[in-house]
Amino acid sequence: MERYFQEEIERAPLEKIREWQNEKFLRQVKHVWDNVGYYRNKMQEAGVSLDDIKSIDDIGKLPFLTKADLKAAYPYGLLAVPLKDCVRIQSTSGTTGKRVVAFYTQEDIDMWEECTARAIVAAGGTNEDVVQVSYGYGLFTGGPGLDGGSHKVGCLTIPTSSGNTERQIMFIMDLSATILCCTPSYAAYLGETMKEMGYGPDDIPLKAGIFGAEAWSEEMRRDIEKVLGIKAFDIYGLTEISGPGVSFECNEQRGMHINEDHFYAEVIDPDTGEVLPEGAQGELVFTSLDKKAFPLLRYRTRDICTLTREKCSCGRTHIRMTKPRGRSDDMLIVRGVNVFPSQIETVLLNNGYAANYQIIVGRVNNTDTLDVHVEMTADMFTDNVGEIQARKKVLEDGMRSMLGIKAKVTLVAPKSITRSEGKAVRVIDNRKI
Amino acid sequence: MSVKQVSVFLENKPGTLNKLTKVLADHDINIRALSLADTSEFGIVRMLVGDVFKTTNVLNEANFVAIFTPVLVYTISDEAGSLDQLLQKFTEENVNIEYMYAFAGKKKAYMIFKVSDPKASEIKLIARGLRSLTQEELDEV
Repeated sequence: MERYFQEEIERAPLEKIREWQNEKFLRQVKHVWDNVGYYRNKMQEAGVSLDDIKSIDDIGKLPFLTKADLKAAYPYGLLAVPLKDCVRIQSTSGTTGKRVVAFYTQEDIDMWEECTARAIVAAGGTNEDVVQVSYGYGLFTGGPGLDGGSHKVGCLTIPTSSGNTERQIMFIMDLSATILCCTPSYAAYLGETMKEMGYGPDDIPLKAGIFGAEAWSEEMRRDIEKVLGIKAFDIYGLTEISGPGVSFECNEQRGMHINEDHFYAEVIDPDTGEVLPEGAQGELVFTSLDKKAFPLLRYRTRDICTLTREKCSCGRTHIRMTKPRGRSDDMLIVRGVNVFPSQIETVLLNNGYAANYQIIVGRVNNTDTLDVHVEMTADMFTDNVGEIQARKKVLEDGMRSMLGIKAKVTLVAPKSITRSEGKAVRVIDNRKI
Repeated sequence: MSVKQVSVFLENKPGTLNKLTKVLADHDINIRALSLADTSEFGIVRMLVGDVFKTTNVLNEANFVAIFTPVLVYTISDEAGSLDQLLQKFTEENVNIEYMYAFAGKKKAYMIFKVSDPKASEIKLIARGLRSLTQEELDEV
């Protein structure tokens, strides 16, 4: 039987959701207008005043916020409450280079933790479960977010944080952890390590995993599910909007339900800013409906996905988003061809390799070069030079057929690819254009 | 008896081999014999050491990929013609050598072979009167 953390909200009829959104939106725009000079100026520059916003249907009149705004307003420019009302900051790990500092009141944190609690319950969690949180704790939202949600559900929470794989495995086995929360690449690594240690999926007490904070493919999901003997659920979020739990997967594993009572989603054409109809692929834009300290309106996430209101068999009525195909700023155009890091990842996983890679784009004599660095693993290594070269060739052929252009594979030392709080830096673009 | 050679993947960039020797030095591991296979894109270090388990452990901890490879080590006298005599027996038994390297002692020389199908090759060579060194014998050299 499907369980919900907040059934009345999660299964609310669409009209009810609209009513909440409308009410919260009008209150939020006034809160921002009154307290965030930076955004009020942006509205005035766009020729919009508070009186022009009469319902949520007027949202299109509001200007967008981008990462550049966050940088310009750093650190306090987008803060909407006195500092004495704030109890925490979180900060992004800087996937795209710029650090973001987001502020939270206690109410904001409670709201965020309710969102992650919904995700844990959707993954089958109850107060009988033992949840191991192997996301990093600290400035990164992963650890604190899932930790808080786990408490709200009443699970026994093991705050291992990231790293120290042996200790992670010891806790999973000794304390019979049933739900694992971490990045998908770490889940894959834990799974491989446990396999090497001789644990089969039936020996491992885990039943579910909640994995997010980086892009992963369906192939990777199947691998993780198989090696750990679990069902793997995707979770999505971003520090700017709160953290993990902006949306989450249910048992259907077909898109992530957005917590629409807190976050209003739009999909736009990334080039023109035009709002696209449901079902169209474009850039995801979020408006925080009730966050007090750091209330972003129309924040452009750069994530490319589509939204659907198609009925979900889990009973949740909230709109679903597809797994982001890649950040709009992750998409590379190499020799005129669109390349997403997730495609490279798929090739590696299909050939039985771990997804430890880095894409390096350069330009030599006006021609783009595409290099993929792949970390050597004990599985890939043999004492035979010819055999290693043959395996490398298989990867290169696979990438050529997946991307349509040639990529050069270079094998690098294990753990040599830069990681930032558990997230690997996937793309380096050295082109000077 | 074949002995365990430690084979290590090396990324092709300056300082990598030195990083490896630093790890070994810090752990007081003596390299008995070493050979470096290189391609334009990566290298493989192959070496004989005293404690192979300790060596692979410390290397893995230092983020090297290190594996064991069985190799055959034969002693020959350190004089002209002795390698030729040894290899004649390999040829007669149709033993395929994938690679080899060597080190010389005071009176003897030591030949290290990676052969295809080491078990079967070793048995054929024993029939020819060739006995490869055990790890213990190698440690005494």
